[in-house]
Amino acid sequence: MTTTETSLVRVLEADGSFAPSPASEQYLPLIDALTDAEFEQFYRDMVIIRAIDTQATNLQRQGQLALWPPSRGQEAAQVGSAHAARRQDTIFPSYREHVVTRIRGVDPVDIIKLMRGLSHGGWDPTDPKNGNTRIYTLVLGSQTLHAAGYGMGLAFDGKTGSGDPERDEAVVVYYGDGASSQGDVHEAMVFAASYDAPVLFFLQNNHWAISVPVETQSKVPLVGRGAGYGIPSVRVDGNDVLASYAVSRALLDESRAGLGPRAIEAVTYRMGAHTTSDDPTKYRGSDEEQRWAQRDPIARMRAFLLGRGAGEAFFAGVDAEAADAAEDLRARTVDLPPPGRGAIFDHVYSEPHPLIAEQKAWLEHYEASFEGGTL
Amino acid sequence: MTLETMPFSKALNAGLRKALEDDPRVLLMGEDIGKLGGVFRVTESLQRDFGDRRVLDTPLAESGIVGTAIGLAMAGFRPVCEIQFDGFVFPAFDQITSQLAKMTNRHEGALSMPIVIRIPYGGHIGAVEHHQESPEAYFTHTPGLRVVSPSTPNDAYWMIQEAIASNDPVIFMEPKSRYWPKGEVDLSGSALPLHSSRIVRRGTDVTLVGHGAMVTTLLQAAALAEAEGTSCEVVDVRSLSPLDYGPILDSVRSTGRMVYAQEAPGFTSLGSEIAATVQERAFYALEAPVLRVSGFDTPFPPAKLEGVYLPDADRILEAVDRSLAY
Repeated sequence: MTTTETSLVRVLEADGSFAPSPASEQYLPLIDALTDAEFEQFYRDMVIIRAIDTQATNLQRQGQLALWPPSRGQEAAQVGSAHAARRQDTIFPSYREHVVTRIRGVDPVDIIKLMRGLSHGGWDPTDPKNGNTRIYTLVLGSQTLHAAGYGMGLAFDGKTGSGDPERDEAVVVYYGDGASSQGDVHEAMVFAASYDAPVLFFLQNNHWAISVPVETQSKVPLVGRGAGYGIPSVRVDGNDVLASYAVSRALLDESRAGLGPRAIEAVTYRMGAHTTSDDPTKYRGSDEEQRWAQRDPIARMRAFLLGRGAGEAFFAGVDAEAADAAEDLRARTVDLPPPGRGAIFDHVYSEPHPLIAEQKAWLEHYEASFEGGTL
Repeated sequence: MTLETMPFSKALNAGLRKALEDDPRVLLMGEDIGKLGGVFRVTESLQRDFGDRRVLDTPLAESGIVGTAIGLAMAGFRPVCEIQFDGFVFPAFDQITSQLAKMTNRHEGALSMPIVIRIPYGGHIGAVEHHQESPEAYFTHTPGLRVVSPSTPNDAYWMIQEAIASNDPVIFMEPKSRYWPKGEVDLSGSALPLHSSRIVRRGTDVTLVGHGAMVTTLLQAAALAEAEGTSCEVVDVRSLSPLDYGPILDSVRSTGRMVYAQEAPGFTSLGSEIAATVQERAFYALEAPVLRVSGFDTPFPPAKLEGVYLPDADRILEAVDRSLAY
């Protein structure tokens, strides 16, 4: 592990001090170019999403949601990479990217639609307000192939690789340490490499695939996988938002310049349960959780901002904004209307289909046969 | 009318060529489909003529082929994937059944998935294991997919173009034992709608129904039966999902008897579904229960035993006799 520790990109220590690791040297100009307003935005995003995430967890506990997969602890990895992506880029999330999706413009209530059992999607990725963010994917790793194919399409269409980073498009695909064992992830890396697809494979190693530790997925650091496919890869402290931003920015711009896919292993920690159905006390110790609590990405950025002179008024303002966002989520969640009963027949196909039409007509007739038919 | 006689595989090639010419967003992808032209030469010379960015020799990974096709469709392409053999489709099963089939539904109609997956299927070619199977029921059982199987060169030419024009995913089952026999292709004619079945031989006593290569066997059986004084009508299903019951029910209502034949194992198969539906909808017209002739519910056997496994004209005629005995 010593070699990977020395190659880990980290600029903020857990106590918030600015102490770039040797591997981070080449990325420092990207951090130097950031303004205080951007630093503050990174912090604001992390705090607001954690409040929303906590609220959603509570809503599940109160029976308002079927399920919620908390993003707690992974805010820095996601805020950094989401801000590194450019407006024209396309994002393929897995299902815990609540931070990324919100930064790209997706309304968190749209994620709730999936988790409340109202929809299998929740938003339209082709609607400009959603920032080219594809919908969540629950079959682990399958979206990495969609991302590779989308990137191949960008390459075939000449929408990337011109040398103009303001125009060239790229793709970020998110997956985790558990998904990294899926065959689809490996096939996606093969295809992306073969066709020089502009894809950034962003692996959040949160150390746990539900109850199975990362050591079961790989005996060596997961960052090493990329080399086997000829994909330059970087290991970054995923709880350091600045490192996550800078490395993501650099690798994405290399990729969009036509140099082929890139990969990042962001080392982070799932501070909460896998989902609201999970019980981490059955498989991991509180000592480990406490150790990672000391490396909380939000506390780290807060300490950094304090060191740069951010005042209590700023932090209080962010906290108030977060509380408002959480309350807004609750109010709009409980107001979400149920789908119409006939909706199960909608959009099974793009074009008319006789069996679907027949079954829809049958259900309408059946429901109408009851007094005061319900359909 | 411009009639041209050509083998099924050449008709498919011509249909694919036409689709590539007609729509610049169409691209072909698969293993060995470029320089080699596919192991059955269905894509012969297409890469030469359209380039390696429209006819892709992909890495050897079926899930990768279908999964990246989904991404390409999201980017506005109309991919046509080739799975080299029937038994090699299963590594792509998740991408086909959980991803491709559900993508439009999960997006509430915000996108469509105009992807065709070509699968050479079926026996009669004496090949090794995983090269002679009939997996169509896995796909007809999956909402969101359309499944078709041409049985003649003319249908191959037209149906591949119609499948590519569809905005829904189409599993295109190619009966590989029919690749070589020639037939007339009407290059100027208008095509039958993709999802329609068709009566291919008129008869009065028993209706024989099947799809793909089995249509040829049914026609052989009908010819033999005729010599023995039994008149069989033959229906080519053509579209396995959705099913066009019109010609099947019309025929059964006139003959009162039906036999369904398929290469696939019979248990929970296309034959099961069609038999059940025909009995529901033509109950009072039936003089005998709908009978099924299928591959056995065993793994497809080693090639030297395929003649035991695959229904032939004699097994179909045995069922015809049983039907007539009621």
